[in-house]
Amino acid sequence: MRLLKIIGKRFSRNRLSVIGAVTVLLLITISLLAPFIAPYDPTAIDVRHTLSPPSKTHLLGTDELGRDLLSRIIWGSRVSLKVGFVAVGIAIVIGIIIGAIAGFYGGKVDAILMRFVDIMLAFPTFFLILAVISILEPNIFTIMAVIGITSWMDVARLVRAEFLSLKERDFVGAARAVGVSDTRLIFRHILPNALSPVFVAATFGVAGAILIESGLSFLGLGVQPPDPSWGNILTSGKDNIEVAWWLSLYPGLAILITVLSYNLVGEGLRDALDPRIWEAERR
Amino acid sequence: MGIIDVKELRKYFPVKKRAFAKQDWLKAVDGVNFSIREGAVFSLVGESGSGKSTVARLILRLITPTSGEIFFQGKDIQALRGDSLREFRKSAQIIFQDPFASLNPRMTVFDTISEPLKIHKLVKRSELKDKVVSLLVSVGLQADVLNRYPHEFSGGQRQRICIARALAVSPKVIVADEPLSALDVSIQAQILNILQELKSQSNISFLFISHELRVVQYFSDEIAVMYLGKIVEYAKTEGLFNNPLHPYTIELLSSAPKIKPDGKKREILKGDVPSPIDIPSGCPFHPRCPKRFEPCDKIVPVLKQVQNQEAKGRLVSCHLY
Repeated sequence: MRLLKIIGKRFSRNRLSVIGAVTVLLLITISLLAPFIAPYDPTAIDVRHTLSPPSKTHLLGTDELGRDLLSRIIWGSRVSLKVGFVAVGIAIVIGIIIGAIAGFYGGKVDAILMRFVDIMLAFPTFFLILAVISILEPNIFTIMAVIGITSWMDVARLVRAEFLSLKERDFVGAARAVGVSDTRLIFRHILPNALSPVFVAATFGVAGAILIESGLSFLGLGVQPPDPSWGNILTSGKDNIEVAWWLSLYPGLAILITVLSYNLVGEGLRDALDPRIWEAERR
Repeated sequence: MGIIDVKELRKYFPVKKRAFAKQDWLKAVDGVNFSIREGAVFSLVGESGSGKSTVARLILRLITPTSGEIFFQGKDIQALRGDSLREFRKSAQIIFQDPFASLNPRMTVFDTISEPLKIHKLVKRSELKDKVVSLLVSVGLQADVLNRYPHEFSGGQRQRICIARALAVSPKVIVADEPLSALDVSIQAQILNILQELKSQSNISFLFISHELRVVQYFSDEIAVMYLGKIVEYAKTEGLFNNPLHPYTIELLSSAPKIKPDGKKREILKGDVPSPIDIPSGCPFHPRCPKRFEPCDKIVPVLKQVQNQEAKGRLVSCHLY
């Protein structure tokens, strides 16, 4: 618990990161409370008020079917959040397992796994995702899975690098001498010390996943209408850009603010989780 | 036969090579023989880079030797599997030099010390805490440190925790790899006292590794002096200090600072230890040796019994004897 306090203190030194963290928490709250905050049903069509500009009744205006834009953006944040967290969760699990095995055992195992990572990295991720989605049925679950399966490589590399240096440390030698099994060495002794860079990468990863999902939905390969997602709102924004600027501006801003906030948090975490922190505390 | 017998032990590390170049080897340990008697303290002494710590890691089976054998109670430790390996892990423990690196920063003192007890199922779950506390008390720590993390302790306290962890399994052999050299002098004395107490109150055998002779003098029964991966002199502690034979041992002894200077000029070793990748021809010590003569740069001396009457039974590898 003391460690958390130190990390918190160091994190709060960076003002921008704190703003980012507050925004992220706000976004999470909004998406969790979407059914209660959203003023309208996000799929309710109102043909009498299509493409009406922002006003008192529709704060951010309506789209080409008369649906309330604010409600759609609020509900859309749920999609972004889900995709962001689940995809990154999948990526982290795969990345940790592959990176840990490669780093811990080294030698041939390491060489084979890392060449596999190189192969995966050689594919342009977005086009790989496009190809897969075009075969599978595009829904939120396939998107989460595909983004997760195509973005674990960075985590694997980070974890491997940490393992390579940590496994030579004396506390690992001492644990081995005591008779600790390989599995326990990996998960109990080394992994907890290797997680800091993973947390940082995960935060940036969430931002990346949200962008990819928006891109896919924008191209019509992601979340399918009438379900709202920031990406597919932008599609209708593009179709009506000459008459309804609000349809492009607001979902765009939502994406911008979200991605920016996660990146700011990531940066703050990177500084706060610097391993030298423990040494500094000691002196 | 001792509790640990080391036969012709070698450990070469591959040196990263350039493309098309010949593979170079770093000969960290190059043909070492010694034996640790039960209940005795055996010390390995030498400058940094002489291969002492590699020997420590080899004996604990943390790394595998290039060739040679290590016997624990007559059994080759490389051949141990399953239950017999577990038995060995319970019998041999290590204390490292750097107490800041040898404790897991994410584990509390209780987690660290209770782990060996849990793995080897040495005490019942209900008695676990009492056992950990008694181990802590035996190294001079209080029970209130149980839930603290390593970064909250000083170097000396951490070394105590490391000793408590090593003692948890009631080992027969403890390898102490320069356990004092990272500590302040006042703390060194405290840790040394703990080790002394262990030595006198239990039947634990020690392999004590150090580059400081004054520490070794009061603690060990037998000493081997290492230079560039080889043992150059092997003797009972008293014999070595009263009558050092190998020129390297003589230089080592005279380089240690004295409390009461006797007016004699201290002979300080010139130069550095040569790279263990490119070991000098003949006697590896010859480029720095004040007494070198004809055969030293050509013929490699072997470790052999000294014929001289007053130094009987001692092993030294030098052309002078």
